[in-house]
Amino acid sequence: MTRSARTLRKVSGPPGANPPPTRASHQGGRQPLLADDQPLRSVLATDCGSTTTKAILIELVDGEYRLRVRGEAPTTVEAPYEDVTAGVLNAVAEVEELSGRTLLHDGEIIRPQQGAEGVDAYVSTSSAGGGLQVMVVGLVRSMTAESAQRAALGAGAIVMDVLALDDGRRDYERIERMRELRPDMILISGGVDGGETRKVVEMAELVAAANPRARLGASYELPVIFAGNVEARELVSHVLQRAAALTVVDNLRPTMEQERLGPARAEIQELFLQHVMAQAPGYPRLMSWTDADIMPTPAAVGSLIEAVAKREGINVVGVDIGGATTDVFSVFAGTFNRTVSANLGMSYSISNVLAEAGLDNMLRWLATHPDPRRLGNDIRNKMIRPTTIPQTLVDLTVEHAAAREALRLAFEQHKLLATELKGVQRQRDIADAFGAAGAQSLVDMKALDLIVGSGGVLSHAPRRTQAALMMIDAFEPQGVTRLAVDSIFMMPQLGVLATISEEAATQVFYRDCLIPLGTCIAPAGTAWPGAPCVRVSAHIGADTIALDVPCGEMRLLPLDEGQVAEVQIDPTRRFDVGAGRGRSVSARATGGVVGLIIDTRGRPLALPADAEQRAETIRRWHEALGAYPQSADEAGAEAVAS
Amino acid sequence: MRATHGYTPGLRVTERALIRRVRRLPLPGRIHVQVGDQVTAEQLVASTELPGNVANVNVAHELSATPEDVPGVMLFGEGDRVEVREIIAESRAFWGLFHSIARAPISGTIETISEITGQVLVRGAPISVDIDAYTDGTVVDVQGTETVIIETRGALAQGILGIGGEAHGAIKVLCSGPDELCHVGLITEECADCILVGGGRVTLDALRAAVDARAAAVVSGAIDDTELDEFLGYALGVAITGQEDLGTSLVLTEGFGDTPMRRSTFELLAARDGRRASVNGATQIRAGVIRPEVVVPEPGATWDADAAAEAMGLSVGSDVRLIRQPWFGRLAEVVELPERLETIPTEAEVRVARVRLEDTGEVVTVPRANLETIEQ
Repeated sequence: MTRSARTLRKVSGPPGANPPPTRASHQGGRQPLLADDQPLRSVLATDCGSTTTKAILIELVDGEYRLRVRGEAPTTVEAPYEDVTAGVLNAVAEVEELSGRTLLHDGEIIRPQQGAEGVDAYVSTSSAGGGLQVMVVGLVRSMTAESAQRAALGAGAIVMDVLALDDGRRDYERIERMRELRPDMILISGGVDGGETRKVVEMAELVAAANPRARLGASYELPVIFAGNVEARELVSHVLQRAAALTVVDNLRPTMEQERLGPARAEIQELFLQHVMAQAPGYPRLMSWTDADIMPTPAAVGSLIEAVAKREGINVVGVDIGGATTDVFSVFAGTFNRTVSANLGMSYSISNVLAEAGLDNMLRWLATHPDPRRLGNDIRNKMIRPTTIPQTLVDLTVEHAAAREALRLAFEQHKLLATELKGVQRQRDIADAFGAAGAQSLVDMKALDLIVGSGGVLSHAPRRTQAALMMIDAFEPQGVTRLAVDSIFMMPQLGVLATISEEAATQVFYRDCLIPLGTCIAPAGTAWPGAPCVRVSAHIGADTIALDVPCGEMRLLPLDEGQVAEVQIDPTRRFDVGAGRGRSVSARATGGVVGLIIDTRGRPLALPADAEQRAETIRRWHEALGAYPQSADEAGAEAVAS
Repeated sequence: MRATHGYTPGLRVTERALIRRVRRLPLPGRIHVQVGDQVTAEQLVASTELPGNVANVNVAHELSATPEDVPGVMLFGEGDRVEVREIIAESRAFWGLFHSIARAPISGTIETISEITGQVLVRGAPISVDIDAYTDGTVVDVQGTETVIIETRGALAQGILGIGGEAHGAIKVLCSGPDELCHVGLITEECADCILVGGGRVTLDALRAAVDARAAAVVSGAIDDTELDEFLGYALGVAITGQEDLGTSLVLTEGFGDTPMRRSTFELLAARDGRRASVNGATQIRAGVIRPEVVVPEPGATWDADAAAEAMGLSVGSDVRLIRQPWFGRLAEVVELPERLETIPTEAEVRVARVRLEDTGEVVTVPRANLETIEQ
């Protein structure tokens, strides 16, 4: 990570406090991992999440890096422990027990590997204590403020709020908002280079007036990054000199046509280490153990997805649906975007999913008719007892319905932010001239090659088909799209591992992390159920399977992991599988633990309006894919009756 | 610490608890008590002043002047006191023919006058923050000028979800049993300033009547989710509460639906009818969990408190409660803890426990994640 930052003033701690470790001193304390010609023999990687710390042990076996075991323990950032390393050591101790390999000595990780003991490297990610929380300030919400938002999200942050001149708030409301939120840092953008100065300084004056306090470590100054108009730098630093620890980096929007997020992203991660991590309980010690900088968990996942897209030359969407939040990552034509939907999740936030999606949208995915009162109460009970798991089939289908809605809403939010730059002048034809100069979303479902799902509800679905169906229903892929899930949610650890060994991270990712589910063929378009839709001819080895699938159906062809089918797809004239309406497409479909799914339900996906008919249709789709035990739907009816 | 928890540590309900509560100011200020002082719940123990709100006026814009000219037209300097609507800047042009003024948007102190933007910021009067002791007890620690720690011996009943902040008052038991519906007919004028103890589900009408009667708090087993939303005026999305200002705090001991209050909780509170108590509805169901609670101090008590149960042990013979369908809310005893993973009806392979249901004697298999230990 190279720094283009020009540091005007560094943080000063309270008298007598330990100075926060700087990146230089931090790295300076590290020994080189191993000699250049010596490969890593073993790596320990942890992810310190808000509730659980997950540890994985990777070993080099017969020239290949493989996952050996995984252990976990409760995270110990909060009281009464208030030391993240306690949870790390507990998780590592579980790895020790499961692997039979000694990893700890005197409360430290043994490094480098000595015989059969210890590991050559230790790396970690962190989202404990609420992760990295950033407030963004810009001039125009859809331009510089949005670019700053993308920079913060790309760095792995949760964006607490976006303040802009056109955010509809009065100045005092903006000041109040800054005072009531306690971010880890503030990112100020605004003005292209050589452009608006005064308004940028006005926003900086509001920040100074608010005198916001940092979330952690009440006694140190709040880090503020200025990544705006180069000509406003001196003025902004003058205004903020008494109110914050200011760092200046290159303008993230130097011209209207250019967005340069790298320096701001790098500085956010740098300050995350220097300030946020250094203030969090136990982190200075944890930082002294790791062989690479601790990364915010979402940043590590993002970098891994970016690397996969680059390596395979494909467009990828990745999603991590957690208990509280849902992260969506995408890479289209090489452009990376990340969004986090802070209150869409499967346990802590499941009631918010119900509130945002609405009861009808939840109910539409069920093949039964649960009592709405009981459904509402059950969902709220899950919110207040977030670690419980469904025991009945009807409970499972309700959770899967909630997951579909959480994923759908999170993806909608992602598509709104992952756009071309707004405010750029383009040649417009007469039709455009009468419309708004809206920016196009970069998310092109017909060009999407791979969807990777992660998070408990997807990774731990009793049948992998359920995970595939949840992702198809929520994302509505079009054309030919591969589907995969993260087996045990180890993408964060592999993301940070890639910073010291891309080879090890890649090998474990493909061999132990990614579980290919198969391929989905989904023609875009609509027609009445039963109308001709598509003919698919799949050549699998010496066998050929050809079938005509009418509209409104789901079909599953066996295509195992490791198998590849050459498929010829001939849509009828109302449907498009990537080459235009009615045009045939030849493609390679890769197999997986589910197989080759043909989805002719149409795009956008429409469900029958009549409740009885809809339930019957859902049942038929479930049956076609073998998604649930046959008794699931009857069980639902019984549960309601009881 | 070592074990991976496969079940949920239960809520604490005990007659003999040693309770310490940290009373912390948002900024350093003044501490009004000393270590060893006996305090009452309502007694102020610390105070501070937060910086006042800020309002701005763009003087350059108001006076059609350039920002650089603003200091020259100001009638007050930085640090000066001004009153709302008072003229703070004035300019005259063409020998006084044209006269422009700018007025203070609020009363306060002029904080900055910007030559770059022409903006003048006025900071309002400081905002006083007072913190009371929350519960009757003894001051056992004072940390700097920010923190006071109060200790008391007494009964403690944690809830699962609360609404609203801290409240104090006398306990008034409304229901005759833990499964009785807490309905509007039970609320009378005598409920004013009291902590009302219901039984099973509390209705929306009862809550509204409690607010109208100016009750301090309502403690009951459960509520319907739609009725809670109506009471709040919005849909509760995440279980992070405490800031609501509805006039009456609410503590739910069990959750949502038709669920009776746990018998031990009800009996503990019922036995203290008329006693002074403190309630806090603040809840945070995330890492660093915060539970709503009812504290009933026992002044002068010197007994040894029951140790808080370690959130460790689940063994054969443990009393548990089932916290997920199809047996939500039922009490049971653990009769077997199989080592191997078992397949449950969803086809998931999980660690399970076999438990005997208290009411029917039936032995059922339950994921350990769906058990809550009963802590005393």
